[in-house]
Amino acid sequence: MTNQVILLDFWPSMFGMRTKIALAEKGVEYEYKETDPWVKTPLLIEMNPVHKKIPVLIHNGKPICESLIQIEYIDEVWSDTYPILPSDPYEKSQARFWGEFIDRKFYDPSWKVWGTKGEEQVAARKELIEHFKTLETELGDKPYYGGEVFGFVDIALIGYYSWFKAMEKFGEFSIEKEAPKLIEWTKRCIVRESVIKAMADPDNIIQYACVFRKSLGVE
Amino acid sequence: MANEVILLDFWPSMFGMRTRIALREKGVEFEYREEDLRNKSPLLLQMNPIHKKIPVLIHNGKPVCESSIQVQYIDEVWSHKNPILPSDPYQRAQARFWADFIDKKVYDVSRKTWTTKGEELEAAKKELIEILKTLESELGDKPYFGGDEFGYVDIALIGFYTWFPAYEKFGNLSIESECPKLMVWVKKCLERETVAKSLPDPHKVTEFVAELRKRFGLE
Repeated sequence: MTNQVILLDFWPSMFGMRTKIALAEKGVEYEYKETDPWVKTPLLIEMNPVHKKIPVLIHNGKPICESLIQIEYIDEVWSDTYPILPSDPYEKSQARFWGEFIDRKFYDPSWKVWGTKGEEQVAARKELIEHFKTLETELGDKPYYGGEVFGFVDIALIGYYSWFKAMEKFGEFSIEKEAPKLIEWTKRCIVRESVIKAMADPDNIIQYACVFRKSLGVE
Repeated sequence: MANEVILLDFWPSMFGMRTRIALREKGVEFEYREEDLRNKSPLLLQMNPIHKKIPVLIHNGKPVCESSIQVQYIDEVWSHKNPILPSDPYQRAQARFWADFIDKKVYDVSRKTWTTKGEELEAAKKELIEILKTLESELGDKPYFGGDEFGYVDIALIGFYTWFPAYEKFGNLSIESECPKLMVWVKKCLERETVAKSLPDPHKVTEFVAELRKRFGLE
Protein backbone atom coordinates (compact mmCIF):
# COMPACT_ATOMS: atom_id res chain seq x y z
CA MET A 1 0.00 0.00 0.00
CA THR A 2 1.33 3.49 -0.78
CA ASN A 3 2.20 5.39 2.32
CA GLN A 4 0.71 8.85 2.36
CA VAL A 5 2.02 10.76 5.36
CA ILE A 6 1.03 14.33 6.18
CA LEU A 7 2.17 16.30 9.20
CA LEU A 8 0.12 19.27 10.42
CA ASP A 9 2.58 21.29 12.45
CA PHE A 10 3.58 24.80 13.50
CA TRP A 11 7.21 25.81 13.04
CA PRO A 12 7.99 26.86 16.67
CA SER A 13 6.36 23.80 18.25
CA MET A 14 8.77 21.66 20.28
CA PHE A 15 6.20 18.88 19.99
CA GLY A 16 6.08 19.00 16.18
CA MET A 17 9.88 18.93 16.14
CA ARG A 18 9.79 15.54 17.90
CA THR A 19 7.57 14.05 15.21
CA LYS A 20 9.69 15.54 12.41
CA ILE A 21 12.81 14.00 13.97
CA ALA A 22 11.17 10.58 14.33
CA LEU A 23 9.97 10.59 10.69
CA ALA A 24 13.42 11.65 9.49
CA GLU A 25 15.17 8.98 11.60
CA LYS A 26 12.99 6.38 9.85
CA GLY A 27 13.53 7.93 6.41
CA VAL A 28 9.78 8.45 5.95
CA GLU A 29 8.75 10.88 3.21
CA TYR A 30 5.94 13.17 4.26
CA GLU A 31 4.11 16.32 3.32
CA TYR A 32 4.54 19.13 5.82
CA LYS A 33 1.57 21.48 6.24
CA GLU A 34 2.24 24.63 8.22
CA THR A 35 -0.75 24.98 10.53
CA ASP A 36 -1.20 27.88 12.90
CA PRO A 37 -2.89 26.30 15.96
CA TRP A 38 -4.58 29.60 16.80
CA VAL A 39 -6.39 29.46 13.47
CA LYS A 40 -8.55 26.35 13.69
CA THR A 41 -8.64 25.25 10.07
CA PRO A 42 -11.31 22.73 8.98
CA LEU A 43 -8.59 20.11 8.44
CA LEU A 44 -7.17 20.59 11.96
CA ILE A 45 -10.63 20.39 13.53
CA GLU A 46 -11.48 17.32 11.47
CA MET A 47 -8.24 15.53 12.30
CA ASN A 48 -7.98 16.54 15.97
CA PRO A 49 -11.54 17.31 17.07
CA VAL A 50 -10.83 16.63 20.74
CA HIS A 51 -7.86 18.95 21.32
CA LYS A 52 -7.66 20.94 18.07
CA LYS A 53 -3.90 21.11 18.48
CA ILE A 54 -0.80 20.38 16.44
CA PRO A 55 1.12 18.28 15.65
CA VAL A 56 -1.24 15.89 13.89
CA LEU A 57 0.23 12.99 11.95
CA ILE A 58 -2.06 11.79 9.18
CA HIS A 59 -1.16 8.36 7.80
CA ASN A 60 -3.20 7.21 4.81
CA GLY A 61 -5.97 9.60 5.85
CA LYS A 62 -6.08 8.48 9.51
CA PRO A 63 -4.99 10.91 12.23
CA ILE A 64 -2.69 10.22 15.16
CA CYS A 65 -2.55 12.96 17.81
CA GLU A 66 -0.12 13.75 20.65
CA SER A 67 3.60 13.81 19.79
CA LEU A 68 4.85 11.00 22.06
CA ILE A 69 2.04 8.75 20.81
CA GLN A 70 3.06 9.67 17.25
CA ILE A 71 6.68 8.66 17.95
CA GLU A 72 5.57 5.25 19.25
CA TYR A 73 3.31 4.81 16.23
CA ILE A 74 6.10 5.74 13.81
CA ASP A 75 8.43 3.32 15.61
CA GLU A 76 5.88 0.48 15.36
CA VAL A 77 4.84 1.05 11.74
CA TRP A 78 8.34 1.60 10.33
CA SER A 79 9.84 -1.06 12.54
CA ASP A 80 12.35 -2.37 10.01
CA THR A 81 14.76 0.48 10.54
CA TYR A 82 16.36 2.45 13.37
CA PRO A 83 14.46 1.45 16.54
CA ILE A 84 13.48 4.49 18.61
CA LEU A 85 12.19 2.71 21.72
CA PRO A 86 14.18 -0.03 23.45
CA SER A 87 12.96 -3.59 22.85
CA ASP A 88 13.24 -4.63 26.50
CA PRO A 89 9.92 -3.97 28.33
CA TYR A 90 11.64 -2.57 31.43
CA GLU A 91 13.87 -0.19 29.44
CA LYS A 92 10.80 0.80 27.43
CA SER A 93 8.89 1.64 30.61
CA GLN A 94 11.77 3.82 31.78
CA ALA A 95 11.88 5.64 28.44
CA ARG A 96 8.12 6.24 28.63
CA PHE A 97 8.49 7.47 32.24
CA TRP A 98 10.96 10.15 31.20
CA GLY A 99 8.88 11.13 28.19
CA GLU A 100 5.97 11.62 30.56
CA PHE A 101 8.16 13.58 33.03
CA ILE A 102 9.13 15.96 30.24
CA ASP A 103 5.50 16.48 29.23
CA ARG A 104 3.95 16.65 32.71
CA LYS A 105 6.63 18.49 34.68
CA PHE A 106 9.09 20.18 32.36
CA TYR A 107 6.63 21.76 29.92
CA ASP A 108 4.80 24.12 32.26
CA PRO A 109 7.77 26.00 33.75
CA SER A 110 9.50 25.89 30.33
CA TRP A 111 6.93 28.33 28.93
CA LYS A 112 6.20 30.22 32.16
CA VAL A 113 9.87 31.19 32.37
CA TRP A 114 9.38 33.36 29.26
CA GLY A 115 5.60 33.81 29.29
CA THR A 116 5.06 35.23 32.78
CA LYS A 117 6.56 37.87 35.01
CA GLY A 118 7.16 38.69 38.66
CA GLU A 119 6.75 35.99 41.27
CA GLU A 120 5.24 33.52 38.81
CA GLN A 121 8.31 33.79 36.59
CA VAL A 122 10.71 33.47 39.53
CA ALA A 123 8.95 30.29 40.66
CA ALA A 124 8.99 28.93 37.11
CA ARG A 125 12.73 29.55 36.75
CA LYS A 126 13.46 27.79 40.05
CA GLU A 127 11.34 24.80 39.04
CA LEU A 128 12.78 24.67 35.52
CA ILE A 129 16.36 24.67 36.81
CA GLU A 130 15.47 21.79 39.17
CA HIS A 131 14.07 19.83 36.22
CA PHE A 132 17.15 20.53 34.08
CA LYS A 133 19.29 19.17 36.90
CA THR A 134 17.04 16.11 37.29
CA LEU A 135 17.29 15.43 33.56
CA GLU A 136 21.07 15.88 33.70
CA THR A 137 21.28 13.36 36.56
CA GLU A 138 19.19 10.88 34.60
CA LEU A 139 21.50 11.24 31.59
CA GLY A 140 24.50 10.50 33.81
CA ASP A 141 27.56 9.50 31.82
CA LYS A 142 25.61 8.04 28.91
CA PRO A 143 26.07 9.72 25.51
CA TYR A 144 22.30 9.67 25.01
CA TYR A 145 19.26 8.99 27.17
CA GLY A 146 18.88 5.87 25.06
CA GLY A 147 22.38 4.77 26.14
CA GLU A 148 24.70 4.36 23.17
CA VAL A 149 21.91 5.18 20.76
CA PHE A 150 19.78 8.31 20.18
CA GLY A 151 16.27 7.29 21.18
CA PHE A 152 12.82 8.13 22.50
CA VAL A 153 13.77 10.36 25.44
CA ASP A 154 16.43 12.15 23.39
CA ILE A 155 13.78 12.95 20.78
CA ALA A 156 11.27 13.99 23.47
CA LEU A 157 13.70 16.49 25.00
CA ILE A 158 15.76 17.80 22.07
CA GLY A 159 12.57 19.27 20.60
CA TYR A 160 12.90 21.95 23.30
CA TYR A 161 16.44 22.86 22.22
CA SER A 162 15.31 25.63 19.83
CA TRP A 163 13.65 27.28 22.84
CA PHE A 164 16.68 27.15 25.18
CA LYS A 165 18.01 30.55 24.08
CA ALA A 166 14.57 32.16 24.62
CA MET A 167 14.21 30.50 28.05
CA GLU A 168 17.66 31.79 29.04
CA LYS A 169 17.11 35.30 27.68
CA PHE A 170 13.73 35.98 29.24
CA GLY A 171 14.29 33.75 32.28
CA GLU A 172 17.68 35.35 32.93
CA PHE A 173 19.61 32.19 33.66
CA SER A 174 22.18 29.97 31.96
CA ILE A 175 21.36 26.34 31.24
CA GLU A 176 25.07 25.65 30.66
CA LYS A 177 25.87 26.91 34.14
CA GLU A 178 23.08 24.90 35.79
CA ALA A 179 23.34 21.69 33.74
CA PRO A 180 26.58 21.63 31.71
CA LYS A 181 26.39 17.90 30.90
CA LEU A 182 22.97 18.48 29.38
CA ILE A 183 24.40 21.12 27.06
CA GLU A 184 27.09 18.62 26.02
CA TRP A 185 24.30 16.19 25.22
CA THR A 186 22.54 18.79 23.06
CA LYS A 187 25.77 19.26 21.08
CA ARG A 188 25.81 15.52 20.31
CA CYS A 189 22.16 15.60 19.20
CA ILE A 190 22.25 18.70 17.04
CA VAL A 191 24.77 17.25 14.59
CA ARG A 192 22.23 14.61 13.58
CA GLU A 193 20.65 15.40 10.23
CA SER A 194 17.15 14.61 11.53
CA VAL A 195 17.56 17.15 14.33
CA ILE A 196 19.17 19.83 12.15
CA LYS A 197 16.26 19.63 9.71
CA ALA A 198 13.61 19.72 12.44
CA MET A 199 14.95 22.57 14.56
CA ALA A 200 13.78 26.14 14.32
CA ASP A 201 16.37 28.91 14.40
CA PRO A 202 16.66 29.91 18.10
CA ASP A 203 16.74 33.61 17.12
CA ASN A 204 13.46 33.23 15.24
CA ILE A 205 12.03 31.58 18.34
CA ILE A 206 13.17 34.56 20.44
CA GLN A 207 11.36 36.89 18.04
CA TYR A 208 8.26 34.72 18.20
CA ALA A 209 8.41 34.64 22.02
CA CYS A 210 8.78 38.45 22.05
CA VAL A 211 5.57 38.91 20.09
CA PHE A 212 3.79 36.34 22.24
CA ARG A 213 4.98 38.06 25.44
CA LYS A 214 3.48 41.33 24.23
CA SER A 215 0.17 39.63 23.56
CA LEU A 216 0.30 38.09 27.05
CA GLY A 217 0.97 41.53 28.53
CA VAL A 218 4.29 40.41 29.90
CA GLU A 219 6.49 42.64 27.77
CA MET B 1 13.38 -16.68 37.09
CA ALA B 2 10.93 -16.23 39.97
CA ASN B 3 8.63 -13.32 39.43
CA GLU B 4 8.43 -11.14 42.49
CA VAL B 5 5.77 -8.49 42.01
CA ILE B 6 4.95 -5.87 44.64
CA LEU B 7 2.43 -3.07 44.24
CA LEU B 8 2.73 0.00 46.45
CA ASP B 9 -0.74 1.49 46.36
CA PHE B 10 -3.45 3.39 48.22
CA TRP B 11 -6.89 1.78 48.31
CA PRO B 12 -9.00 4.70 46.88
CA SER B 13 -6.52 5.54 44.09
CA MET B 14 -8.19 5.27 40.70
CA PHE B 15 -4.67 4.98 39.27
CA GLY B 16 -3.71 2.07 41.53
CA MET B 17 -6.95 0.37 40.49
CA ARG B 18 -5.70 0.29 36.89
CA THR B 19 -2.56 -1.62 37.82
CA ARG B 20 -4.47 -4.02 40.10
CA ILE B 21 -6.87 -4.82 37.24
CA ALA B 22 -4.06 -5.31 34.71
CA LEU B 23 -2.15 -7.68 37.01
CA ARG B 24 -5.30 -9.71 37.64
CA GLU B 25 -6.20 -9.79 33.94
CA LYS B 26 -2.86 -11.47 33.36
CA GLY B 27 -3.19 -13.80 36.34
CA VAL B 28 -0.05 -12.35 37.95
CA GLU B 29 0.36 -13.01 41.65
CA PHE B 30 1.43 -9.89 43.47
CA GLU B 31 1.94 -8.55 46.96
CA TYR B 32 -0.26 -5.53 47.64
CA ARG B 33 1.20 -3.02 50.09
CA GLU B 34 -1.00 -0.24 51.42
CA GLU B 35 0.82 3.10 51.67
CA ASP B 36 -0.11 5.85 54.12
CA LEU B 37 0.28 8.93 51.94
CA ARG B 38 0.76 11.15 54.99
CA ASN B 39 3.62 8.92 56.10
CA LYS B 40 5.26 7.54 52.97
CA SER B 41 7.40 4.45 53.39
CA PRO B 42 11.16 4.54 52.76
CA LEU B 43 10.52 1.96 50.03
CA LEU B 44 8.11 4.27 48.20
CA LEU B 45 10.55 7.17 48.40
CA GLN B 46 13.35 4.92 47.17
CA MET B 47 11.30 3.40 44.32
CA ASN B 48 9.71 6.65 43.11
CA PRO B 49 12.15 9.40 44.07
CA ILE B 50 10.98 11.74 41.29
CA HIS B 51 7.26 11.89 42.05
CA LYS B 52 7.02 10.09 45.43
CA LYS B 53 3.57 8.86 44.37
CA ILE B 54 1.63 5.63 44.19
CA PRO B 55 1.07 3.31 42.49
CA VAL B 56 4.57 1.88 42.13
CA LEU B 57 4.96 -1.54 40.56
CA ILE B 58 8.12 -3.32 41.70
CA HIS B 59 9.06 -6.27 39.49
CA ASN B 60 12.01 -8.31 40.70
CA GLY B 61 13.23 -5.29 42.64
CA LYS B 62 12.93 -2.81 39.76
CA PRO B 63 10.33 -0.04 39.93
CA VAL B 64 7.91 0.99 37.20
CA CYS B 65 6.08 4.26 37.94
CA GLU B 66 2.95 5.87 36.45
CA SER B 67 -0.14 3.69 36.08
CA SER B 68 -0.54 3.94 32.28
CA ILE B 69 3.11 2.95 31.89
CA GLN B 70 2.64 0.09 34.37
CA VAL B 71 -0.36 -1.29 32.43
CA GLN B 72 1.64 -1.25 29.18
CA TYR B 73 4.59 -2.90 30.94
CA ILE B 74 2.36 -5.63 32.36
CA ASP B 75 0.88 -6.21 28.89
CA GLU B 76 4.35 -6.57 27.36
CA VAL B 77 5.90 -8.78 30.05
CA TRP B 78 2.91 -11.13 30.49
CA SER B 79 2.03 -11.17 26.83
CA HIS B 80 0.74 -14.75 26.78
CA LYS B 81 -2.84 -14.04 27.80
CA ASN B 82 -5.61 -11.40 27.75
CA PRO B 83 -3.95 -8.77 25.58
CA ILE B 84 -4.69 -5.32 26.98
CA LEU B 85 -3.54 -3.13 24.08
CA PRO B 86 -4.61 -3.86 20.51
CA SER B 87 -1.99 -5.44 18.24
CA ASP B 88 -2.59 -3.03 15.34
CA PRO B 89 -0.37 0.08 15.60
CA TYR B 90 -3.16 2.48 14.62
CA GLN B 91 -5.59 1.00 17.16
CA ARG B 92 -2.83 1.15 19.76
CA ALA B 93 -2.27 4.84 19.00
CA GLN B 94 -6.00 5.48 19.46
CA ALA B 95 -6.06 3.55 22.76
CA ARG B 96 -3.06 5.54 24.01
CA PHE B 97 -4.74 8.78 22.91
CA TRP B 98 -7.87 8.10 24.96
CA ALA B 99 -5.94 6.97 28.03
CA ASP B 100 -3.89 10.17 27.72
CA PHE B 101 -7.15 12.17 27.40
CA ILE B 102 -8.43 10.56 30.59
CA ASP B 103 -5.15 11.30 32.37
CA LYS B 104 -5.06 14.93 31.24
CA LYS B 105 -8.69 15.78 31.72
CA VAL B 106 -10.68 13.65 34.15
CA TYR B 107 -8.65 13.82 37.36
CA ASP B 108 -8.04 17.57 37.68
CA VAL B 109 -11.55 18.58 36.74
CA SER B 110 -13.26 15.89 38.82
CA ARG B 111 -11.22 16.88 41.87
CA LYS B 112 -12.81 20.32 41.70
CA THR B 113 -16.27 18.83 42.20
CA TRP B 114 -15.41 18.12 45.83
CA THR B 115 -12.79 20.78 46.57
CA THR B 116 -14.43 23.95 45.21
CA LYS B 117 -17.68 25.85 45.49
CA GLY B 118 -19.64 28.64 43.86
CA GLU B 119 -18.69 29.63 40.31
CA GLU B 120 -15.57 27.49 40.25
CA LEU B 121 -17.63 24.43 41.14
CA GLU B 122 -20.27 25.19 38.53
CA ALA B 123 -17.59 25.55 35.84
CA ALA B 124 -15.94 22.27 36.93
CA LYS B 125 -19.28 20.40 36.88
CA LYS B 126 -20.01 21.62 33.37
CA GLU B 127 -16.54 20.65 32.16
CA LEU B 128 -16.66 17.21 33.82
CA ILE B 129 -19.96 16.38 32.16
CA GLU B 130 -18.56 17.51 28.79
CA ILE B 131 -15.51 15.29 29.29
CA LEU B 132 -17.64 12.29 30.25
CA LYS B 133 -19.96 12.90 27.30
CA THR B 134 -16.92 13.00 24.99
CA LEU B 135 -15.87 9.62 26.38
CA GLU B 136 -19.42 8.31 26.04
CA SER B 137 -19.37 9.42 22.39
CA GLU B 138 -16.09 7.62 21.82
CA LEU B 139 -17.56 4.47 23.38
CA GLY B 140 -20.49 4.69 20.97
CA ASP B 141 -22.34 1.39 20.62
CA LYS B 142 -19.31 -0.73 21.46
CA PRO B 143 -19.53 -2.89 24.60
CA TYR B 144 -16.09 -1.69 25.64
CA PHE B 145 -13.80 1.15 24.57
CA GLY B 146 -11.60 -1.61 23.17
CA GLY B 147 -14.48 -2.90 21.03
CA ASP B 148 -15.62 -6.42 21.83
CA GLU B 149 -12.80 -6.91 24.29
CA PHE B 150 -12.12 -5.19 27.60
CA GLY B 151 -8.86 -3.30 27.18
CA TYR B 152 -6.52 -0.41 27.88
CA VAL B 153 -8.98 2.49 27.81
CA ASP B 154 -11.56 0.58 29.85
CA ILE B 155 -8.87 -0.08 32.46
CA ALA B 156 -7.80 3.59 32.38
CA LEU B 157 -11.32 4.86 33.13
CA ILE B 158 -13.17 2.30 35.25
CA GLY B 159 -11.48 3.21 38.56
CA PHE B 160 -12.98 6.70 38.38
CA TYR B 161 -16.43 5.08 38.70
CA THR B 162 -15.79 4.48 42.42
CA TRP B 163 -15.47 8.24 42.83
CA PHE B 164 -18.66 9.10 40.89
CA PRO B 165 -20.95 9.06 43.96
CA ALA B 166 -18.52 11.46 45.72
CA TYR B 167 -18.50 13.84 42.72
CA GLU B 168 -22.31 13.62 42.62
CA LYS B 169 -22.82 14.15 46.35
CA PHE B 170 -20.41 17.03 46.92
CA GLY B 171 -20.73 18.51 43.44
CA ASN B 172 -24.49 18.12 43.29
CA LEU B 173 -24.65 16.50 39.89
CA SER B 174 -25.97 13.29 38.36
CA ILE B 175 -23.60 11.40 36.09
CA GLU B 176 -26.20 8.66 35.44
CA SER B 177 -28.72 11.09 33.99
CA GLU B 178 -26.12 12.92 31.89
CA CYS B 179 -24.23 9.85 30.66
CA PRO B 180 -26.51 6.81 30.78
CA LYS B 181 -24.54 4.82 28.19
CA LEU B 182 -21.38 5.26 30.23
CA MET B 183 -23.16 3.76 33.24
CA VAL B 184 -24.16 0.75 31.11
CA TRP B 185 -20.48 0.33 30.27
CA VAL B 186 -19.61 0.61 33.99
CA LYS B 187 -22.04 -2.21 34.84
CA LYS B 188 -20.54 -4.40 32.13
CA CYS B 189 -17.01 -3.82 33.45
CA LEU B 190 -18.07 -4.60 37.02
CA GLU B 191 -19.17 -8.05 35.88
CA ARG B 192 -15.51 -8.91 35.31
CA GLU B 193 -13.97 -10.56 38.35
CA THR B 194 -10.67 -8.73 37.85
CA VAL B 195 -12.48 -5.40 38.06
CA ALA B 196 -14.79 -6.33 40.94
CA LYS B 197 -11.79 -7.50 42.98
CA SER B 198 -9.75 -4.38 42.22
CA LEU B 199 -12.29 -1.66 42.96
CA PRO B 200 -13.22 -0.50 46.47
CA ASP B 201 -16.83 0.06 47.56
CA PRO B 202 -17.83 3.51 46.21
CA HIS B 203 -19.56 4.27 49.56
CA LYS B 204 -16.23 3.87 51.31
CA VAL B 205 -14.62 6.22 48.79
CA THR B 206 -17.35 8.81 49.46
CA GLU B 207 -16.72 8.50 53.22
CA PHE B 208 -13.01 8.94 52.56
CA VAL B 209 -13.67 12.07 50.48
CA ALA B 210 -15.90 13.46 53.27
CA GLU B 211 -12.97 12.99 55.68
CA LEU B 212 -10.60 14.71 53.23
CA ARG B 213 -12.99 17.64 52.95
CA LYS B 214 -12.99 17.99 56.76
CA ARG B 215 -9.22 17.77 56.78
CA PHE B 216 -8.94 20.45 54.08
CA GLY B 217 -11.38 22.65 55.95
CA LEU B 218 -13.98 22.38 53.21
CA GLU B 219 -16.80 21.04 55.38
